[in-house]
Amino acid sequence: MKTLKQIIHQSKKRLLQMHYESGVGHIGGNLSCLDILMVLHHRVMGPEDHFILSKGHAAGALYITLWSMEKLKDEDLKLFHKEPTRLSGHPAPRWKEEITFATGSLGHGFSLASGLALAKRLQGKKGRIFCLTSDGEWQEGSNWEALIFAAHQKLTNLTLIVDENGLQGFGTTREVAGQEKLLDRLKPFGLPISEVDGHDTEALEKALKDPAPGPRVVVAHTVKGKGVSFMENKMEWHYLPLKDEQFKTALEELGEA
Amino acid sequence: MRNEFCEAMVQRASDPDFVFLTGDLGFMALEPLQKAAGARFINAGVAEQNMVSVAAGLASQGLKPWAYSIAPFIYARPLEQVRNDVCLHDLPVTLVGNGGGYAYGVMGGTHHAIEDYGILLSLLHMNVYVPAFGADVAPAVERILRSGHPAYLRLGRDEKSKEADPGPYAPWRKVLSGAGPAVAVVGPIAGTLMKDFAGLENAKRPNLWVLTELPLDEKTVPAQFLKDLETSGHLVVVEEHVAHGGAGEMIGRFLLLSGRAPKKFSHFCAQGYLSGYYGSQGFHRKECGLTSENILKVTGLA
Repeated sequence: MKTLKQIIHQSKKRLLQMHYESGVGHIGGNLSCLDILMVLHHRVMGPEDHFILSKGHAAGALYITLWSMEKLKDEDLKLFHKEPTRLSGHPAPRWKEEITFATGSLGHGFSLASGLALAKRLQGKKGRIFCLTSDGEWQEGSNWEALIFAAHQKLTNLTLIVDENGLQGFGTTREVAGQEKLLDRLKPFGLPISEVDGHDTEALEKALKDPAPGPRVVVAHTVKGKGVSFMENKMEWHYLPLKDEQFKTALEELGEA
Repeated sequence: MRNEFCEAMVQRASDPDFVFLTGDLGFMALEPLQKAAGARFINAGVAEQNMVSVAAGLASQGLKPWAYSIAPFIYARPLEQVRNDVCLHDLPVTLVGNGGGYAYGVMGGTHHAIEDYGILLSLLHMNVYVPAFGADVAPAVERILRSGHPAYLRLGRDEKSKEADPGPYAPWRKVLSGAGPAVAVVGPIAGTLMKDFAGLENAKRPNLWVLTELPLDEKTVPAQFLKDLETSGHLVVVEEHVAHGGAGEMIGRFLLLSGRAPKKFSHFCAQGYLSGYYGSQGFHRKECGLTSENILKVTGLA
C-alpha cells in the first residue's frame, strides 16, 4: 500500500510527463495546487461530496488526480490537448461525474459550488462541496457576489480553498492588483478562515477536514511550479511547455519517492 | 403578465424540484410566491452573475430553478454565466425577464430588452418563450418544465381587448384571417394588432399569426401559414426586437432554405433610439414604425 506522499510524488511525475508529451503549459499553476487536489480527493472527500475546480487552467492537475484514483487511464492522459479528446486544456462538460462543471473562465466556480451546496440543503442531502479558486481570480467581481451569497445563505456544507501562489498572468498579484494578502480582504465577511501551507499534506488534511460549520475558507499558501527548482515562483511557467532537457532535469529533481 | 407568472409559479411551488431565485426584484408582485415557496424562494440580491451560476449549480443536482429579474439584467449582465454554466451543460434553468422590448418605457435604454432573444438564441440548447397574452404564461411555464433545457421566458403586458379570443396557447396560432398578407407577430404587440386589424374589410385584413416559441422549429411551421404566404406572396414579421437575431431572420432563412422565398418581405422591428429621446413603450414603438397604422401603410393596406 502506497502512502499519500508516494502517490503524490508519482502523480507529480506523471503530470510533468503528460505536459511534456502534449507540449503544453499551465504547469506552474498545476504544481501549485496538485497537493491540495490530491489531499482533497484521497483523504477528505467521500462519495456524497463534490468538487469544483474554479481555476480551470489547472485541468491537468485534476486529470492527474483522477488518474491517481483510477478514474482516468494512461490512454486518457495520452490524449491531453490532442484531438479528438475529452481532456481539453480546461475541463469539458458533461462526460465525467467527477467533473461537475466545465470551467476555464475565472470567477464562476464559487457560485456554482454555492448552487450545489444550496441544492444539498434544499434536498435534505448530506455531502460537502469544495471549490478551489486561484488567487488572481479574486479580481473577478463575481467571486465577491458568490462570497456575499454563500455567507448570507449560511451554506454550512461549503468550503472555499484559495490557491495563493501570488503569481498571475502578467505579474504578481501585488503588482497587478495591489493584492498583497487576500486573507485581509476575505476576513471582514466573518467566516471561519484558516491559513495553511498548501504543500503540507497533513496540515491540508486537517484544515479541509475541519468539522466546523461553514462556509469555510482555507487559504493555502503555495508555490507556483512547486517541486521543480527552475519553475518555482516563475511567472513564465504559467505558459511554457517543457523542453527535452527541462523535462529530464525536472524528473531528476523530483527524484525517487 | 407578472401576476399570471406569479400565479403559475405558486401552482408549481410545492413541486420537489421547484426553486425560485430573484435578483432582488418582484416587490408588490411576487409576495404570494414568496409565501408559497418558503425556503425555495431565494432573494439572491443584486448579483445576477452569481444568481445564474447558483441556478446552474442547483440544476446540476436535479432541481429546476427559475431566475427572475428585469429582462436586461437576466440576459445581458450574466451572459457568460448563461453561456458557460447553463447552456454549455444543457441544464434546465429558466431565465425570466420581465419587460421585454421597450416595456420599461421612459425608465430608459438600460431597462429595455430589444436584443434579448437574438442574443440568447445564439447560445447552445436555449429555447425562448414569448407569451403574447396573459393566458399564455401558464401553458408556457408547463412547456418549459417539460422541455428540460435552458429557457428564457420573456414577459410583457397583455394588450389584447377583453373580448378578443386568440384561442389556446400554441407555438404558432392564427388569430385573424383575411385576404391580406401573412403577418407573423412575436410578443404582446399581437394583442394590439388583433384589436386594430379585426375591423378591417376581408380584402385588407391580414392573416395574423402569433409566434410564441423560438427558435423556429421548422417541423412545426403550420401548413396553413405557408399557404397564407403563398397566396399573398408577402411575408410580414412584427417583433419588438432588433432585426439581427430576430424572428424575421429566422422565418426568412427557413423560407429561403425550403425554396419558398416570398415575393415581398416587410420586417417591423425595434431600431434602438432613432431620435435620441426617451418615452413610453408606445413612443418607442412609434419611432420604430411598430404601429398598426404604419404596418398597414407600408404594406399597402391603409
